[in-house]
Amino acid sequence: MTATIGWFSVLLAFALALVGMIAPVLTPRREGARVLAVGGASIVGQLALVTVAGTALVYALVTADFSLKYVATNSSLRTPLYYRVTGLWGALEGSLLLWEWMLVAFAGLVVWQYRERHRELMPWVLAVFSAVSGFFLAVLAFASSPFERLWPVPLDGRGLNPLLEDADMFTHPPLLYAGFVGLTVPYAFAVAALITGRIDEGWIATIRKWIVAAWLFLTLGNLFGGWWSYHVLGWGGYWAWDPVENAAFLPWLPATALLHSIQIQERRGMLKVWNLSLIIVAFALTIFGTFLTRSGVLSSVHAFSSGPVGGLFLGFLGLVLLGSFALVALRADRLRSQPELDSMVSRESAFLLNNVVLAAVTFTVFFGTIFPLLAEAVAGVKLSVGAPFFSRVTVPLFLVMLLLMGVGPLIAWRKASSDNLRRNFLWPVALSVAVAVALVAVGVRDAWSLLALTLSAFVVLTIGLDTGRAVAARRAIAGEGVLGALGSLLRRNQRRYGGFVVHLGVVLVVLGITGSMNWSQEKNATLAPGESVGVGRFTVRFEGLQVRERPTHARVEATFRVFNDRHDLGVLSPALKYFPSQQSPIGRAVLRMGWSEDLYLILSGFSEVRASQATIKVLLRPLVMWIWVGGGVIVLGALLALWPFGRRAAEA
Amino acid sequence: MAWKRLVFIFAVGVPLLAVLAFGFTRDPREIPSPLIGRPAPSFSVRLTDGREVTLAALRGKVVFLNFWASWCPPCRAEARSLEASWQRHRGGDVAFLGINMQDREEAAREFLREFGVTYPNGIDGGNRIAIDYGVWGIPETFFLDRNGRITYKHIGALGAETIHAKLEEALQGVQSRREGKGEYQSIR
Repeated sequence: MTATIGWFSVLLAFALALVGMIAPVLTPRREGARVLAVGGASIVGQLALVTVAGTALVYALVTADFSLKYVATNSSLRTPLYYRVTGLWGALEGSLLLWEWMLVAFAGLVVWQYRERHRELMPWVLAVFSAVSGFFLAVLAFASSPFERLWPVPLDGRGLNPLLEDADMFTHPPLLYAGFVGLTVPYAFAVAALITGRIDEGWIATIRKWIVAAWLFLTLGNLFGGWWSYHVLGWGGYWAWDPVENAAFLPWLPATALLHSIQIQERRGMLKVWNLSLIIVAFALTIFGTFLTRSGVLSSVHAFSSGPVGGLFLGFLGLVLLGSFALVALRADRLRSQPELDSMVSRESAFLLNNVVLAAVTFTVFFGTIFPLLAEAVAGVKLSVGAPFFSRVTVPLFLVMLLLMGVGPLIAWRKASSDNLRRNFLWPVALSVAVAVALVAVGVRDAWSLLALTLSAFVVLTIGLDTGRAVAARRAIAGEGVLGALGSLLRRNQRRYGGFVVHLGVVLVVLGITGSMNWSQEKNATLAPGESVGVGRFTVRFEGLQVRERPTHARVEATFRVFNDRHDLGVLSPALKYFPSQQSPIGRAVLRMGWSEDLYLILSGFSEVRASQATIKVLLRPLVMWIWVGGGVIVLGALLALWPFGRRAAEA
Repeated sequence: MAWKRLVFIFAVGVPLLAVLAFGFTRDPREIPSPLIGRPAPSFSVRLTDGREVTLAALRGKVVFLNFWASWCPPCRAEARSLEASWQRHRGGDVAFLGINMQDREEAAREFLREFGVTYPNGIDGGNRIAIDYGVWGIPETFFLDRNGRITYKHIGALGAETIHAKLEEALQGVQSRREGKGEYQSIR
C-alpha cells in the first residue's frame, strides 16, 4: 500500500512537472498571468505529491516495512528510530527523493516569495524548476525507485551501513543537499533571464540572499563532512581530496566567486556574462558531483551505493552545460558590460582577481579529480591524483585569496588613490610584518605556514582597523557606546559587517588547517597493560581490553588513561566495532579536544594470543578545534548578513 | 558571431562529456598488477592441518595460488572446478595452494569440507600475504612457473579449461600478456 501510494505520487508529480515545464511554451505570450498560474500550480502540486511520497517512505522506514526493497536494505528491526528516519538518505534512491523534496520545497518558496515581482521572468523560472524537478522525478519513477517491492518479504532488514550510524547523519547530507538544491534558484533565474532576454532586470540583486543561503549550506555541509570524517571515520583527518569530497567542494568555489562578483555587477553593471557563467557552472557542478558520486567512474574511498543513474546524470549534465552556455552564446550581444575597469588598483580589480583565483582553484580541483579518467582515455595509463598534488597547487592560490580578503573590503571602488592605500593599509602591513617577525622568533620556519599566519593576521588587522574607525566615527557623531555603535553599524550595512564576520571565520579555519597540516605528530605502539607511550606533552597508559555487546554490534574497547605532565586527564577508550553484516571491523576513534591541540587515539588492532595487547596510533593534531569554531563564526556572519533587520526597523 | 561562440562551447563541452562517458567503459578499481613476470613475493603460511609451508619449498614446481574467502559467492562458484583441476594435475609438476583471507577459521574449514577440497590451504592471518600480492578482489589467482615467476593473474571465478591452459603455459614458462577477469567480490 505504502509503495503504491509513493510510486503513484512520484508518477503524478512527474506528469505535473512536464506540464509545468512546457507551460510557457504552449501559452501565447500575452497571457503571462495564466502561464504563471499554471507554472505555480504545477510547482505547488509537485510539492504536495512529493511530500506524500517522502512521508510514505519515512513511514515505511519507521514501521520497518520490509516489503520495500529500500527499507529492507537500509533498515532493520534493531535499527533505532533515529537511524530509521535518517535511512531516508542512507542510500541512492532515498537521497534522490530527499533532493527532489528539497527542490520542490525551495521552488514553492520562490513561487510565494516572488508572487508580486518579476512578472516576465517568473513563468520561465518556474518552467526551469519544473524541468529540473522533472528530471529527478523521472529518475525516481523509472530508473531507481525507492518504492521498488521485495518478494518474498524478509523477516528482517540488512540495516543501515554502520558508518552512517552517527549523529552527523542528520547534518552533513541534508545540509549539503540544501546547498546543492539552493544553487538551482539562481540557475533558474539565470536561464529565465537568458530566454526572455531580460538580463538587466535587477533579478541578480533580488536573489542574492538565495545565493548567500546556498553558500552557507554548502559551507556547513562541507565542514560537517570534515567533522564527521575526523570524529567518526577514525583516520585522523578531516579532508583527503578524494573525488567524492572534491565533488562536494567544487560547487562551493564558483558560489564563493559569485558572492563577490555580483557586487561588481550591482555597483558597476560589469561582469554580466561572467556572473551568468558562474551560476551555470555552480549548478552544473552540483549535477557533476552527483554523477561522480553515483556512477562509480572514479575510484573513491567513499563507497556510495550507485545504481543505473550515472548515465542519466551525465546526460542531464550535458544538457545543462551545452544548453545553458548555448543560450549565453546566443544572448551574449545583449550582455555587453557597459563600463570598463577604471584602474588596476581598485576594489573591482581586487574582486576580479579573487574571481580569477577561485576560477583557477575550481579548474585545478576539477582537473585533478577527472585526471585519472583523462589519463586513461588519452594515454591508457592507470593513475590516481592524491592530496600532495591538490595541496601543492591550491595552497598558494588560497594564500592569494587570503591576501585579497584583507585588501578587497578596504580598497576604494573605481580607483584607489595613494592616500586611500596609505590610510587603510599602512598600519595593517606594518603590524603584519611585526607578526611575521614574532612568528619567526617563536620558531615558525616553514615558509607556507609563516605566510598563512601572517596573511591571516593582515586580514584581522584590516577588519579591525576599518571597524575601529567606523565605531569611533559613530561614537563621535551619535555619541553611542562601543557596543551600540557596533550594533548600528551592523544594521546600517549588514552585508559589509556580516561579510567581515565571515572573513574572520575563514581566518580561524585557515588557522586550524595550517596548524594541523604542519605540526601534527604521530606515534604507533603496541602496548601491554600498564605500558605507556608519550606524544608531545601527553602520556597515554594502556589499562586493558573489554568486550561489550551493543544492540547492533559487538565491540572491543581498549582503555587508555591520559596524563599531561603527571596530571590525570581521564580515560579514552577507542574501539573496534564488529557488525554482523560486515566482514571487517569498523574503528571508533576517540579524541580529547583542546583549544591548542587534539589528542586522537585509534585502536589499530589487539592480540588475543599474548594476553590483551593493543596496537594504537596516537595522533597529536594542533589547532583543529579552530576549524569548527571558524565554521560557527562563518554561520554567524552569514546570518548577520541575511537577517532581516531592515524589515523590523521599517515596521517599528 | 553567435555561431562562433556556439562552436567554441561545443568544442569544449563535448570532449569533456566524452571523457566522463568514457569512464563507464572502465573499472577504476582494476589496476594492472606490476607483479606479472616478476618473482612472486615469498611467504610462509600455516596450513589448516597445522603444518607450515613456504613458497620457496615449492620452487621447481608450477604453483597455482588461489586467494579466497568463504563468504564470497564467486569463490563458491569456482570451488568445484578448482578441486577437479587439482585431481587432474596432481602428481605432475604442479602444486595447488589456497590462501584463505578475511575470514573466520571455522567458516573456512566448513567451506573446505563442503566442497571436498583436498589440496593444501593456508590461513593468511592479518592479510599479510594478500597485501604483498596486491589482492583487491577475490577470488584472485596467481600462476607461478618453475622458477617462481608469476606468469598469469586472474581476478574472479576460474573455469577448468582456463586453469588447464594457464597451467600448461606456466609449465612451459610462457607469460601471459594480460590479466584475466571474471566475476569477483571487491574487498576494498
